[in-house]
Amino acid sequence: MSYLATLKPIIRKSRDNKTVVVCSGILLLIAAIALIGPLVSPHHYAGTDFEHSFMLPTASDWHLFGTDDLGRDLFVRTLLGMKVTLFVAIIASVVSLGIGVAYGAIAGYVGGNVDAIMMRAVDALYALPFIFFVILLMVVFERNFLLIFVAIGAINWLDMARIVRGQTLSLKQQEFVDAARLIGVSTRGIIFRHITPNLFGVVVVYMTLTIPQAILVESFLSFLGLGVQEPQTSLGALVNGGVSNMERAPWLLLIPAIALALILLCFNFLGDGLRDAVDPKHKT
Amino acid sequence: MLRYALLRIFGAIPTLLLVIALAFLMVHAAPGGPFDAERVLAPEIEANIARAYNLDEPLPQQFFRYLKGLVRGDLGPSYRYRDYSVADLIGNALPVTVQLGLLAMSLAVVAGIAAGLTAALSKNSYTDRIVTGIAMTGISVPVFVVAPLMVLIFAVYLNWLPASWTGGSGISRLVLPVVALALPQIAYIARLTRASMIGVLSSDYVRTARAQGLKTSSIVRHHALKPAMLPLLSYMGPAIAGVLTGSVVVEEVFGIPGVGQFFVRGALNRDYTLVLGIVIFYATLVILLNLVVDLLYGILDPRIRSR
Repeated sequence: MSYLATLKPIIRKSRDNKTVVVCSGILLLIAAIALIGPLVSPHHYAGTDFEHSFMLPTASDWHLFGTDDLGRDLFVRTLLGMKVTLFVAIIASVVSLGIGVAYGAIAGYVGGNVDAIMMRAVDALYALPFIFFVILLMVVFERNFLLIFVAIGAINWLDMARIVRGQTLSLKQQEFVDAARLIGVSTRGIIFRHITPNLFGVVVVYMTLTIPQAILVESFLSFLGLGVQEPQTSLGALVNGGVSNMERAPWLLLIPAIALALILLCFNFLGDGLRDAVDPKHKT
Repeated sequence: MLRYALLRIFGAIPTLLLVIALAFLMVHAAPGGPFDAERVLAPEIEANIARAYNLDEPLPQQFFRYLKGLVRGDLGPSYRYRDYSVADLIGNALPVTVQLGLLAMSLAVVAGIAAGLTAALSKNSYTDRIVTGIAMTGISVPVFVVAPLMVLIFAVYLNWLPASWTGGSGISRLVLPVVALALPQIAYIARLTRASMIGVLSSDYVRTARAQGLKTSSIVRHHALKPAMLPLLSYMGPAIAGVLTGSVVVEEVFGIPGVGQFFVRGALNRDYTLVLGIVIFYATLVILLNLVVDLLYGILDPRIRSR
């Protein structure tokens, strides 16, 4: 069973969906600019230049987005922010995917009381304001970069667990699972070798909806000063910096805010469009 | 109904205990003590401080002491705001946060339902597309982006409203924070209302009502509205959590002296007990409000009770 084969029908169905095509195009473009831009620009993200602080966006000297209060180039910093934000979000989503898929597949396949208890626990966890626990974690363990990934991943797995459980319930009725059981494959083997690979397509679709949530959490933490630390930056941290200078230099707020909003909008529209392809019932 | 209510109430208790234990353990697993400063203290002084805050006891004993305090509404002393207890700090800041949250929730429910119904009743029209588009934007763009932009436009450029809490009084200083806090919830509620109303309007009994010649307006008012509102009720739990989270940002942006601001200060100053207290307080609040929502749901929808 090839993982990629589960993606094919989704790609085929959403190829004609204009929103999906446009949004994935924009996101790929943003990712490419974020990766290549800093290599091309003559400026460094941490390079201060106090004689040229609060410069308006200008093409001369390559300060395309202007400079901030310390004279650092906002173009390069925005690209770095995009890179950090996307990176954190993708890693966090992979963490949440790992937890959610394992949890949901086990609950769905084993079924019975185990399923009932596991899903009751998910319901209970749903009600909690997790972000406050993440902040508590940040306070206790000093803003550890790795911890941000794990913490964000640990709060976003609930949706994934529910969806994977639902999919597993229908998958386990199929003949190939019976066949596997008949030749003596262990429960663990069936779950992780036969069920989860078939979930790949659906999981990828829902991951595009988990990524914007992870971006929101990361930028929220960075905005409060609890996330990524200077001179590193993320879009949330840049917005925060823009707020403190917005009367004097509104572009310091506007540019990172637009970048963040654009990324979030694209991911949400993309996720919505892809979900229509795997779950037509959801479409209204 | 009584059985359902009791089940729900007893179901909430383990969740609550788990939350408290988790938060407590997290803080106590911290590398280094709460009083680690640049200045190195003599071991005798450190031992004295530890004794004063009962930090020399074994962990289970500390936990039960904390639990006992919680039952009495005592969240312990703040490590940074000397002479204040955490409960005092929360109590003083709470009225502002509650006012903000209630106003935002009311606005979100009214505006969200209105927008959602408008979109659902003219499905696939331009109005519908505009509403769904704006709602998607409202969901995607975080509060900490919207709030500063609103300040920039309405306070700095247009000068209609005060930019901060201390810069105004009465209603004028509430408008921007409440709207900023309500926007994402308006968007969610509008989307939910639209989807659920469209679902109800395509159901069989609505078709029967139509076949009997009832006008759309009376079908919506008498037959469709109530069942369409049910999914909204179950969204109230996440909405409350969302407003609490949002109020942290809004209080920070507008300089409002509410619980959220203390939370951020506490987090940046590493005031363990304050942060722990607020996390437990918020979690309890959310669990209790969810319980209320669950019970209401049970009253309004008999199908739930028998499950």
